[in-house]
Amino acid sequence: MNTKISHHIYGWLLVMPAVILMGTFTHLPSVTTLISSFFSNETKKRPSIFIGAENYEYMFEDPVFVEAVMNNLWYSLGTIIPSIILAIIMALFVNSKLPGKTLVRMAYFTPTILPMIAVSNLWLFFYTPDIGLLDQIGALFGLESHNWLGDTNTVLACIIVITIWKEAGFFMIFYLAALQNISPDLKEAAALEGSSKLYFFRRITFPLLMPITLFILINATLNSFKLVDHLFILTKGGPNNASNLILYYIYEVAFSFFDFSYAATITIFLLVILAIISLAQFVFFDKRIHYR
Amino acid sequence: MEHLVPNNLNRRSVMNVNKIYKNTLVLISIFLGYFSYAFGIELNMYYPVAVGGPLTKIVDGMVAEFEKQNPDVKVNAIYAGNYNDARIKALAALKSGKPAQLSVMFSIDIYELIEQDAIVPFDDLVNTYEEKAWLYSFYPTLMENGVTDGKVWGIPFQRSTIVMYYNKDIFRKSGLNPDQPPQNWNELVDYGKQIVSKNSNTWGVMIPSTGYPYWMFGALTMQNNQVLMNGDGNETYFNHPSVVEALQFWKDLGSKHNVMPSGTIEWGTLRKNFLEGKTAIMWHSTGNLTTVKKNAKFDFGVAMLPESKRRGTPTGGGNFYIFKQSSDEEKKASMRLIKFMTSPEQAAHWSMATGYMGVSPSSYQTEALRNYVKDFPPAVVARDQLNYATAELSTFQTGRVRKLLDDAIQSALTGNESPKQALEKAQKSAERLLRRYQ
Repeated sequence: MNTKISHHIYGWLLVMPAVILMGTFTHLPSVTTLISSFFSNETKKRPSIFIGAENYEYMFEDPVFVEAVMNNLWYSLGTIIPSIILAIIMALFVNSKLPGKTLVRMAYFTPTILPMIAVSNLWLFFYTPDIGLLDQIGALFGLESHNWLGDTNTVLACIIVITIWKEAGFFMIFYLAALQNISPDLKEAAALEGSSKLYFFRRITFPLLMPITLFILINATLNSFKLVDHLFILTKGGPNNASNLILYYIYEVAFSFFDFSYAATITIFLLVILAIISLAQFVFFDKRIHYR
Repeated sequence: MEHLVPNNLNRRSVMNVNKIYKNTLVLISIFLGYFSYAFGIELNMYYPVAVGGPLTKIVDGMVAEFEKQNPDVKVNAIYAGNYNDARIKALAALKSGKPAQLSVMFSIDIYELIEQDAIVPFDDLVNTYEEKAWLYSFYPTLMENGVTDGKVWGIPFQRSTIVMYYNKDIFRKSGLNPDQPPQNWNELVDYGKQIVSKNSNTWGVMIPSTGYPYWMFGALTMQNNQVLMNGDGNETYFNHPSVVEALQFWKDLGSKHNVMPSGTIEWGTLRKNFLEGKTAIMWHSTGNLTTVKKNAKFDFGVAMLPESKRRGTPTGGGNFYIFKQSSDEEKKASMRLIKFMTSPEQAAHWSMATGYMGVSPSSYQTEALRNYVKDFPPAVVARDQLNYATAELSTFQTGRVRKLLDDAIQSALTGNESPKQALEKAQKSAERLLRRYQ
């Protein structure tokens, strides 16, 4: 009996640091966020009162919020798949026998090391009409200057390109590690059987990369909702909200409008979406992934 | 040999320890006393920087000068990013219970700060006749954003208006008189067309429409003889015909007259566009003046904005605020600091170093600024334009209302909605937001 209790205490002591950290900085804030989303915003002159689901009703009527959600969907679609494909291609490339392999690997990884804010300042001048790099290259081919970030049709695509450029190198590192774990025996066996390179990739390499792909897929999805640093420098969500994303809008509502309870409401929405996505990914892919 | 006797030694060492202990205490208390005398009051002050250039160094220099003259006050001047960041940091500090005593913040933050019950009016802090006179020593137009409810809440510090920078070399090349910038909207379009036709790869004019679109728009509407809001900050006039007309004109510059790129124009890169000669004219804050002066490799001029029905520009920039959560002594020390920073000599120094304007008429009477202006006449354009200036857009719920207008402007400029549609929508939403403040 005594040993059982002491085992319990021992166990709890072991998880204590994690419990305390997670509790204080993850779970407690989530719960208080949920609570404050049901109250009106507090200012010194107007105390906070319980308003039920009013914030949630307002949220779905708020045109800026709806636009931010739609933008975020496109942004996710536009960043996740391309950056994963690009990462695989780059990983395969630098995993092959290549002169100056280390240099190329480093070059691919460089965008990941750079801080997002620095990167954004760089790209701001790439995209600037007339004097920007993009337009100057275009001018060589006689293309007309385009207002990349000032046009509602191109601004989101511009943001997506930066994100892919930034993320692909990071994912490449994971793929590279996974590729180097694949036994060379398999390749030899396949070569003996006379399978083509593409067939080998489709039937052997790619399935073996599935666990890492799941990991990257979840990361890329979360990032597409989490990564908004570049908006602060590049567009501030504009023009006319064409590049506004959910998290940036939360920031605007909280710190520009000082409407903390409405910001809490959108945060809960984001939390629910992310929870659903990661659950779905685990459930759906777990059945199809071959873990060794 | 007596002192080698252990007993004796022990007693002595005990005495010594006691002595050392006592001496240390005395020394510490002397130090503490000295410090509390030397730094009797400690003030935290946040301040923002919204334009390029080494502005933090200039502020630090002014603060150091103040500390030298007032050894009993220690000032921690904390650079807090742009105007938005400064507001966020100051309000966060307030919520955390360790507030700053004073700050430079956006002049238009006034209603937000009042609603948060964060600041005190200066009327409650001035006592003597002299101090009351000081309150009225600034340019009245600069006070507009700092006064509501019949009280003064903000003292002007880094204040600006929008001015027109123009490239005289391009004017010459295009067959225009370099000493005659466009005086009205028609001339702006005509000159622009001439510039575009005579130069490849150069635009006539650029008016930035990201960052602070509502600010630029405030100039256009004022020129069309219409303000954007009332003095109590609870009514907006976004759908007034003159306002719609002003937005139509802005849009037409790009989409109809082709003297400006269509779509939105980035605030942050505009100065570089101008310095690279990609546009002959830019509208920008006068706070850029000194940086442009240092970096322009061509002959440039600065002029008042053109008129439609009249001249007009909003004022802009940051005011000093004093926070409620501070002791009476701290408030007094804050007042001393603010008086120092806005004194004619310091205001003149600040104006020459940055291009922001001297906040009081007497700053332009100082010898330093008089001489500077003689050599560099563009430095007074912003001041002369004050005669036509109006307050910057500022209402209750100011962040939301401002965004409504920003979105409407960008939506019209990018061609998503007509100016009338966009502004009607913004007005309707603004009315809903402001209803409970009327």
